[in-house]
Amino acid sequence: MLVLVLWIVVAVVVALLVVGLLVFLPRRARRGAAPSAPEVQTEAPPAPPGAPPRRAEAPAGEAPGPLQAPLPPEAAEPDVVAPAPTEAPAGPPELRERLGKTRGLLSGYVRALRARSSVDEQTWDELEEGLLRADVGVATTSALLAELRDRVHSGELRGPDAVVDALRADLRQELDTDGNRNLAVAPDATTVWLFVGVNGVGKTTTIGKVARRESAAGRSVVLAAGDTFRAAAGEQLERWAERIGVNIVRGAEGGDPSAVVFDAVQRASARGNELVLADTAGRLHTKVNLIEELKKIRRVADRPPGQVTEVLLVLDATTGQNGLTQARQFLDAVGVTGVVLTKLDGTAKGGIVVAIQRELGLPVKLVGVGEGPDDLVAFDPDGFVDALFE
Amino acid sequence: MFDGLSDRLDGILGRLRSRGRLSDADVDQTLREIRTALLEADVDVAVTRSFVEGTRARLVGDALSRSLSPAQQVIKAVHDELVRVLGGETLRVSYASAPPTVVLLAGLQGSGKTTTAAKLARWFRQQGRNPLMVGADLQRPAAVEQLRVLGRQAGVPVFSETTDPVQVAEAGVAEARRLGRDVLIVDTAGRLAIDEALMDEVRRISDAVAPHYTFLVIDAMTGQDAVATAQAFHETLELDGVILTKLDSDARGGAALSVKDVVGRPIAFASTGERLADFDLFHPDRMASRILGMGDVLSLIEQAEREFDRDVAQEGAARLLEGRFTLEDFLAQLQQVKKLGSLGGLMSLMPGIPKALKEAKDTFDDGQVAQVEAIIRSMTKAERADPAVIDGSRRQRIARGSGTTTTEVNQLLRQFKEAQQVMRSPGMMAGMFGGGGLGQIRQALADRGGELDDLSALASESGLPDLPPGLGSQVAASSSGLGPRGAGATKGRPGNKKKKGGRVTPKANGRHSR
Repeated sequence: MLVLVLWIVVAVVVALLVVGLLVFLPRRARRGAAPSAPEVQTEAPPAPPGAPPRRAEAPAGEAPGPLQAPLPPEAAEPDVVAPAPTEAPAGPPELRERLGKTRGLLSGYVRALRARSSVDEQTWDELEEGLLRADVGVATTSALLAELRDRVHSGELRGPDAVVDALRADLRQELDTDGNRNLAVAPDATTVWLFVGVNGVGKTTTIGKVARRESAAGRSVVLAAGDTFRAAAGEQLERWAERIGVNIVRGAEGGDPSAVVFDAVQRASARGNELVLADTAGRLHTKVNLIEELKKIRRVADRPPGQVTEVLLVLDATTGQNGLTQARQFLDAVGVTGVVLTKLDGTAKGGIVVAIQRELGLPVKLVGVGEGPDDLVAFDPDGFVDALFE
Repeated sequence: MFDGLSDRLDGILGRLRSRGRLSDADVDQTLREIRTALLEADVDVAVTRSFVEGTRARLVGDALSRSLSPAQQVIKAVHDELVRVLGGETLRVSYASAPPTVVLLAGLQGSGKTTTAAKLARWFRQQGRNPLMVGADLQRPAAVEQLRVLGRQAGVPVFSETTDPVQVAEAGVAEARRLGRDVLIVDTAGRLAIDEALMDEVRRISDAVAPHYTFLVIDAMTGQDAVATAQAFHETLELDGVILTKLDSDARGGAALSVKDVVGRPIAFASTGERLADFDLFHPDRMASRILGMGDVLSLIEQAEREFDRDVAQEGAARLLEGRFTLEDFLAQLQQVKKLGSLGGLMSLMPGIPKALKEAKDTFDDGQVAQVEAIIRSMTKAERADPAVIDGSRRQRIARGSGTTTTEVNQLLRQFKEAQQVMRSPGMMAGMFGGGGLGQIRQALADRGGELDDLSALASESGLPDLPPGLGSQVAASSSGLGPRGAGATKGRPGNKKKKGGRVTPKANGRHSR
């Protein structure tokens, strides 16, 4: 197989030689920020003024049992129950509460170094170790600590307490975002939120939770089973649809995911449903064909009557530095607008989101904290940082 | 990001060849780089520390070898140490005297247990066994359904009930006995290591089925959390081994080292893709290279073996060596290469790419590759064979057809022409292939035991010109060069079209190969 290897090398080299100078193409991949659609408005309070209150599917709590009936035909929309209690975007305490179980990763380190009276090499070693353990990563950790070191040198920060407080503040600041963390909704089209990510991160479960949240807030939701590849993926999403009480559009297993999403958007539009949550198959960003497929799904979903206002990268909190690579590649490919950080109820800290915000400008919008339909909270940077330190 | 440990160490140690030994300062700096490399690969902080300290002793006072550069020497030492730690004894599956042999799979949510169960089942079948799978994940919607579908694909039956996980597992054992199945694979629900109730449940499952093998299934992209998870599962279940999944990603996979260190049991299997066949015994040497960011050449070769159409590859190689490489050939080869993943990703796996090209890599993306492809596709066969015929109007047609501009078409043609000339020039080829890059490949292959000679033989058998000097079993980089006709006898196009163990490219599911 040496011949093949030779071939790989040459082919890649040749490819690079040729492609190399096509660098100066005007069309570079999108970076950061929201998708190009100009008239996107952020999530309004639960009772959207213009839309007729369509809540035929009333989520009746957690009761398993008889499946919710499918959406009745449009005409029959008589009794509009009062919208369920507003599911306001979660206030600051919520994230911190849900992560309460494990003691902050850095708390041990912080206590030790506060106990010493001065800032020394050990201080930096311990802080470094703590941050690395939280998956913050070498580059970000080095940058943060270097900056703090300078401030200690200059006399601006004196003593370990000041350093710790400054680090906390810095981390908090790194997680700041220009955009807001709400999920955008299209005023004049059927809104599509596309869920993307690598295998096993929790896209389908997240969609179930988001469907619960949005339904409870008064939106009419349709699920699109855009994962036509994985065994029983459609079934899995269908169970969620039943549980939450929303409609779902499925296609044939092994069929074209774009067609399913398109179909879902068409139907949603025809029925006046506001929001389509589109599932996609897990895919590694390294697989060219699959990324091309994803691009197509996005393009198709973005055609009228649909408008893709959010492309959410679902990211597992246990992921290490590869999370940054994932974010970068998916951002380049389909214009990710935000991150959903899942499984944060475990021992992993998800520190990679700091680098993702810092280097790519991508904010975390939602956090998954369990496997149930209500285990979803808004991302709150204070809560996130607090959970590390306390 | 693709600079790699090798380049960094080159920077530190590059000029040391004249000196006899590595000084303390050299060693310190070197170890810092190694530490960074390991941490960037997600190796646990404490594991990194102990590993680096262990390496220090080896490096201090080491005389610099003459054949390897200092950087290479250091990397080799680290690499060897990694292999030692990751390897140790391979897990050899032995079967219970009273069937069934029970295999229990446990791990976090999303780690790949269900898919792994089916892969294992298939693997056992290949070993001549009769497995049964038990779907004991009653938590995740449609998990059992998923296992059933995979079971059909693997040709292995699946048993489940809607009772509770412990009961299902227990009943599964009885069912295996009833059906005369000699291996039982129990898939369980994903669970957090800190979830006491669920960890207790999995312990009860284990008690109920008395597994002969308990495997922790862990995702190769796991970060620092790997140790906590592995420790918790090991304490609860006493693991026999670890299965590492999603190795087809570009995650460096440092979790492998961390988990091995903590659990002390072999990493038994490696899962390298979504297809059931993408499952193999674990190779410590490849993992070591990967963790160090040096790419995994052997996996690349294997992947190429799986994905490449051998005829196309051989023909392309021949025409390249003969200097008759056209846009058509380029297009064909580009398709092949694309099957291996993104170009950027490939670059990271390949040793020996000149630095300038590596840097260029960061300035383009796969979208641009697609554009190049589009341009070539918009050409007629005649145009691809002889771009000289492309005049203004053809240029415009091509530009329109590919959604680009005539300027871009021009650029492509010009670049390709230059590339053709480079490919014909002896210096470039020898320089690239004689030096470190393929040297490393050669070394890796040689370590596999004498295969290199077979390959040389194979190459000449299939009618290709002899491998140019510098390749093959000689050590030194030779610059005797490569004329357009190759160094050895050439028969023009390879007449022998027989596929030797080549593969008819199957596409698993519809259009996309995963």
